[in-house]
Amino acid sequence: MKLVTAIIRTHKLADLELAVALLGVQGMTVTEVSGYGVQDGHDEFYRGTQITVESVPRIQVQIAIDSAFVEPVVEAIANVTRTGKIGDGRIFVTAIEQAIRIRTGETGVAAT
Amino acid sequence: MIKICTAALMLLASFGSALATAEELAVPEKGDTTWMMVSTLLVILMTVPGLALFYGGLVRSKNMLSVLTQVFSIFCLISILWVIYGYSLAFGDGGSFNWMIGDLSKAFLAGVTPESTAATFTDGVVIPELAFVAFQLTFGGITTALIVGGLAERIKFSALLVFSALWFTFSYLPIAHMVWATGGFLFEKGDLDFAGGTVVHINAGVAALVGALVLGKRVGFGRDPMPPHNLPFTLIGASLLWVGWFGFNAGSNLEANGFAVLALLNTIVATAAGALGWMFVEWLTSKKPSLLGVVSGAISGLVAITPAAGLVGPMGAIALGLLGGVICLWAVTGLKKMLGVDESLDVFGIHGIGGIVGAIGTGVFVSPALGGVGVDDYAMGAQVLTQTIGVLVAVGWSGTVSFVLFKLIDLVIGLRVKEEEEREGLDTVSHGERAYTN
Repeated sequence: MKLVTAIIRTHKLADLELAVALLGVQGMTVTEVSGYGVQDGHDEFYRGTQITVESVPRIQVQIAIDSAFVEPVVEAIANVTRTGKIGDGRIFVTAIEQAIRIRTGETGVAAT
Repeated sequence: MIKICTAALMLLASFGSALATAEELAVPEKGDTTWMMVSTLLVILMTVPGLALFYGGLVRSKNMLSVLTQVFSIFCLISILWVIYGYSLAFGDGGSFNWMIGDLSKAFLAGVTPESTAATFTDGVVIPELAFVAFQLTFGGITTALIVGGLAERIKFSALLVFSALWFTFSYLPIAHMVWATGGFLFEKGDLDFAGGTVVHINAGVAALVGALVLGKRVGFGRDPMPPHNLPFTLIGASLLWVGWFGFNAGSNLEANGFAVLALLNTIVATAAGALGWMFVEWLTSKKPSLLGVVSGAISGLVAITPAAGLVGPMGAIALGLLGGVICLWAVTGLKKMLGVDESLDVFGIHGIGGIVGAIGTGVFVSPALGGVGVDDYAMGAQVLTQTIGVLVAVGWSGTVSFVLFKLIDLVIGLRVKEEEEREGLDTVSHGERAYTN
């Protein structure tokens, strides 16, 4: 089992959802996040006072899947969210030690 | 024949005395009375929620409710003080002190009944005195509430209420009397202040600056970003200020006639010019025209036209509004940096400086040659000098009174909340509630 965490541009969420649904992914957790990477922040002006905003808003998607599906899912996410410009985001793949479905008590891959 | 003549003479005589009585007991027109009631309500709308939301949107979200509470409760406090002694001290006859202040003969509104009347700018035209009392009440309320902007995000609530009551008594009332009451020092000098550029805006702007100076900067000022937390609220507040300002300016004419309409039209075009002036200059210098810039310019234009509202022509109003917008933009950027004071919401920059622009500008644009209505024995140089004296008196008076009061209150009960309380935010610390929950 792996956890795929993708930090993407906010307007790319709908494309991502469609792409992974076509691969049979049945669930995900979506969070509004902010942060920064290679790109600079931007400046805002309030009555002439300059305020530099370092963090930019992004969407974080987390999907727990069987290790066998990691490669196609990661590829699909990267393909639909890529614009080629700085700020496209990141995809992290981490191992999941255990998964439990709260309703049924199922564990392992059946719970993802 | 003689008999007839005598009868005619007697008729004439009685007619004449009837006329005289009619003048002595002039009855208020229903139209004027209605307009004064509507204007009073408009100025209340300007303050709550107008000014409250304008300021509220500009602070950080942890201080939103504190600013709303401050503006609202100050207005309530001054309303009560006004009818207890404010009206009498502002508009009464102070005898040997009449150059500065009235008396207490109408304290608790003694002798003011639904039948008593107040004079207007036209001989023989009167309005109910109660309408004048209520209308002027709202001016005292909004002026004192304006000062909140300089003290926001760090003032102790109890200290603010004490300051408001004292400042209203020792600065607002004397300046209102000096400028607007018969026998007042500036009134007798011929100082022109149609709707309160000096009494309201310079007066409050200077108090806010002095308050910010005595209070000191907010924790983290200059290091932490402190952007406005909700500019849509600021837009709603500014728009309610604009609408309410028609009561403020056109209501100050005291009668519903052509001059009230002139003040109304001027209050539209000067505001528009102020907003556009600020917007275009900001566009040129900061590369982007901002919403906060547009509404700040509008308020600057409103402030600048206030003393001139019924005295200048619409073209003069545009010039005055434009000057207000551009000069106030400089005041909140260049001048503010030079002063180095954390005057949080720019009450001095917009109301103080805008008020000065308006006061001096009134002396210029009242000129009939520039489309103004003119005043008796008008000479531009002399009038500008008189206006300048008015500005200096207001700056000096309000500055001194405010400094003494702030220092005194700081010694006795303390002006500022504790540093950790300031970091936490005044909403929870001072009022035990928060504006937004998740």
